[in-house]
Amino acid sequence: MPAVDKILEGKDICICAGSGGVGKTTTSAAIATGMAARGLRVCVLTIDPAKRLADSLGLRELGNEASQVDPALFEQHGIEMKGELWAMMLDAKATFDELVARQAPDEESRDRVLNNRIYQQISNALAGSQEYMAMEKLFELHTEGRFDLLVLDTPPTRNALDFLDAPRRLTQFIEGRSLRFFMKPTGLAARVAGRGASVALSVFKRIVGFDLLADLAEFFNAFSGMVDGFQARAKRVNNLLADPHTCFLVVCGPQGEPIDEAVYFHRKLVEAKLPFGGVIVNKVHYPAERLRGDGADPEAALAAKLGAEDLARRVAENFADYQTLAERDARNIEHLAAELRTRGVIRVPYLDEDVHDLGGLDEINRYLFASSEQREAIAAGRA
Amino acid sequence: MTTRFSCRPSKLLGITPIPDLLDKRLVFVTGKGGVGKTTVAVALGMRAAEAGKRTIVCEVSSQENASRIFDHTEVGFHEVEMAENLWSISIDPDESMREYVLLQLKVRAMRDMLFRSRIFSYLAAATPGLKELVTIGKIWELAQLDRRVKKGRKYDLVIVDAPATGHGIGFLQTPRTFAAIARVGPIHSQAQQLDRLITDHEHTGTAIVALPEEMPVNESAALERELRSEVGVAVDRIYLNGLYPERFTKEEIERLAALADGENGIVRAAARAATSEHDRARSQRAQLARLRRRVEAPVKTLPFLFEPELGVEAARTLARRLG
Repeated sequence: MPAVDKILEGKDICICAGSGGVGKTTTSAAIATGMAARGLRVCVLTIDPAKRLADSLGLRELGNEASQVDPALFEQHGIEMKGELWAMMLDAKATFDELVARQAPDEESRDRVLNNRIYQQISNALAGSQEYMAMEKLFELHTEGRFDLLVLDTPPTRNALDFLDAPRRLTQFIEGRSLRFFMKPTGLAARVAGRGASVALSVFKRIVGFDLLADLAEFFNAFSGMVDGFQARAKRVNNLLADPHTCFLVVCGPQGEPIDEAVYFHRKLVEAKLPFGGVIVNKVHYPAERLRGDGADPEAALAAKLGAEDLARRVAENFADYQTLAERDARNIEHLAAELRTRGVIRVPYLDEDVHDLGGLDEINRYLFASSEQREAIAAGRA
Repeated sequence: MTTRFSCRPSKLLGITPIPDLLDKRLVFVTGKGGVGKTTVAVALGMRAAEAGKRTIVCEVSSQENASRIFDHTEVGFHEVEMAENLWSISIDPDESMREYVLLQLKVRAMRDMLFRSRIFSYLAAATPGLKELVTIGKIWELAQLDRRVKKGRKYDLVIVDAPATGHGIGFLQTPRTFAAIARVGPIHSQAQQLDRLITDHEHTGTAIVALPEEMPVNESAALERELRSEVGVAVDRIYLNGLYPERFTKEEIERLAALADGENGIVRAAARAATSEHDRARSQRAQLARLRRRVEAPVKTLPFLFEPELGVEAARTLARRLG
């Protein structure tokens, strides 16, 4: 069961992936802090972090640019910082606009795209564009080569698959080859596709309203000069994701549903031939297994120590509830490890307080960066 | 865009009281991923069904979380009875699109041609927001007293387990956005109709599900604000899910402190679990107070359930606690 620093040895990029609500943002920030503390120049790219976490990293005023977390902050929290921690909050819309500006042959075509309502819709709302822009920014930063390690906190997607699919789907849409092809009412399209296509088109017009189609046509016309540039770039982004120097970490929670999603996501990574590094389970109730089967009756033992039966009963009840969750977590994690055919499951306990400052991140890193001996000690409740 | 229906004036003036959440015809249950939205949606459905209302819970993410709670096989795009008076459907956008076209086009040959046409499915897939729009269209259809679908069952209440999107409001905002893009045509008028449905506070309610933690509290407050300003929806209720019980007093925890630092073994582990529960319960109450300060809608709490998996029994327990 290797620690995160072993998993990330020699990697340029770490992508934390998983469904919403499992603590991905916190995990990404913790990994970035831990790797920076070990001497690397690290940048964490995050989307919409909790405000107090952002504040604690000094991210309040950040736009779409990386800025360095003040080294004095680490000292205040007693963290020895050998490297540098940088962070940025991704602005998907701004990244998309920048990308258009870079690919546009001239200012006029740039403005035509930026002002097109279909473009505004896509860049704001189309499923996948946020994910795609996260990849885009990652690619840009990697190409610049300013950092030893980039840690990406992926956007919360409804479906883990969306995230892997995003670059392809979006370029497919922007490319819109078959769509543009059919939108010409005469010429090759009509001859090849025949009557069926034009009837379909007219019915579609009737249903959605003509103006929408006109906007689409205008959008594709405005975009036509940039299609090749976008495609080439998307291909390079995809290559970067599959590079052996990239590492995907799957983040999940210990309940049945997040575990199933992690299994599913891992399968998708393997199918897409993307480099899987390990899985991190957050908010785990443990240790429990070491206390099973020692035959002790906690209520009696507590009553003897406390001399208060009512309190002893409530403490025992609470402990039994906790054990139920701990046993569930252990079962689910065992299932996860078997499905992934890995022993590399890193467990982070359910801490007593919400994590929203560097101290909290450092606490998490005791588990993420623990050696196997330390892990033993933690599991036995000795640490 | 101004809010057409606001909670406040009617409360203050005491005229036309807003019906309780379950007395509406349509309720959207929304919130970020991982907060227990589906369980709360199903619990609301159970509560309404027990009150004698014919209720359907709609899922829109094709994840079949609701049927999973009932240990039922996947329901798909079918209205399936889960319990007495309680039905479930998983709304698939492609099926909704198909149904929409079927209802729009009466000429069979034309429909068949359309479904076979690749260009049609391509356009449908490429048009931003169309999937969400037809999904909401299906929800509208389910909520009609006079169903469009042949032999469609009449429901007293439709509950929607709304998708957890990055921005939260995206889904409910779709009709409004769409009406603005498609300026004319049937979709334009239908998008307007759907927007009217979503913002009809007399018949349509919205509940946010949150967790008593820093980030979900911030996000729920932002979600309520955005729903009001961007979509014109006033949130009726916020359910703070997973609240730990306050099992111990401060004095009791102090008494347990010595045991928590004591020798290894079951007594120490139990004392530590108690301390940990106490800390959690306390920080959760601080978050509850923060949430109450930051939102306008009434906040109701739902207990954390110490159960391995949240199935039908858990949903029943929550149903009893919903107010």
